[in-house]
Amino acid sequence: MPAAGVVMVIAVVAIVTVVVFFLVSTILALRAITSGLDDAIAGVVEIIEKSAPVNEVVTNINQNLDAGVDLLEGLLVKKADLRDAVGLVDGLYPGAAAQGLRNFPDSRQIKAPRIGEVYTRGTLTLARLGREAPIAAASPNGPALRNAIYGSHAARTLYSDVRHDKPERLPRSPVIGADSPVQYDPEEEVGGPRKRWGDGSGGSGGSVTQERS
Amino acid sequence: MILEWIGDAVLLLVVLPVVIYLLRGVLNAANGIVPSVTRIAAAARAGSRDLDAVPLLLTTQGQVAKTIEAAANYGGSLDVILDDAKGA
Repeated sequence: MPAAGVVMVIAVVAIVTVVVFFLVSTILALRAITSGLDDAIAGVVEIIEKSAPVNEVVTNINQNLDAGVDLLEGLLVKKADLRDAVGLVDGLYPGAAAQGLRNFPDSRQIKAPRIGEVYTRGTLTLARLGREAPIAAASPNGPALRNAIYGSHAARTLYSDVRHDKPERLPRSPVIGADSPVQYDPEEEVGGPRKRWGDGSGGSGGSVTQERS
Repeated sequence: MILEWIGDAVLLLVVLPVVIYLLRGVLNAANGIVPSVTRIAAAARAGSRDLDAVPLLLTTQGQVAKTIEAAANYGGSLDVILDDAKGA
């Protein structure tokens, strides 16, 4: 055999060897891909099977929750009127008034009253926590739970062992009567200007006493 | 004779490199897909595991129904106890 023929045979063998090597490698890679895709398909099928009943269950839950919202909104509006209902909702969840009540589209146009100024923050906190809030328990003659000014005082009386210094240091009420330390002459008092007790000292109580000017 | 040598040279210097280049490209592409497929399979398995808690939705469904039922009973009592608003 001539030398050129031998070289050609070697070249062809080399080419075939290279082709076989790369094709076998490619086949192995494709088998790995097939195996991975089988795993992925199995996982996806599992996902589909597991999530199949979700739609029905969630729809049922939403229907129940919708019914609850309708019930509670209707009850709240029925008992507190739409305006106060919006205010109460906004007091519990600030900013919720802008969204309004779902079944009462007119509630979006209502300017929410500041229920927090009527009911103390503590009362709203109790309501928010779901505890028994004394919103409706206080009678008009009872503790001033609904009074925005004295509401905090009523709350502080719950902690009698703590030293409170705010109302106790306020100016005392003027003593009046025959034993009063400051006497005045009614004749001079008539028509004359009156001085306010503690004038200029920051007495915020507005207590007025009669004193010689 | 010279043509045979030329053919050998073409075979070794042109055909063989071209075959190697093309087959190497195919093999690299196939090897590049394998990690992606592996990650997809892992993600699918993880997603499937995440859905293991789905049966708890049935418990949630029952609890929601009971809660709404209790709220309805409570609301009915409140409706009796409390006066309606003036405008209602």
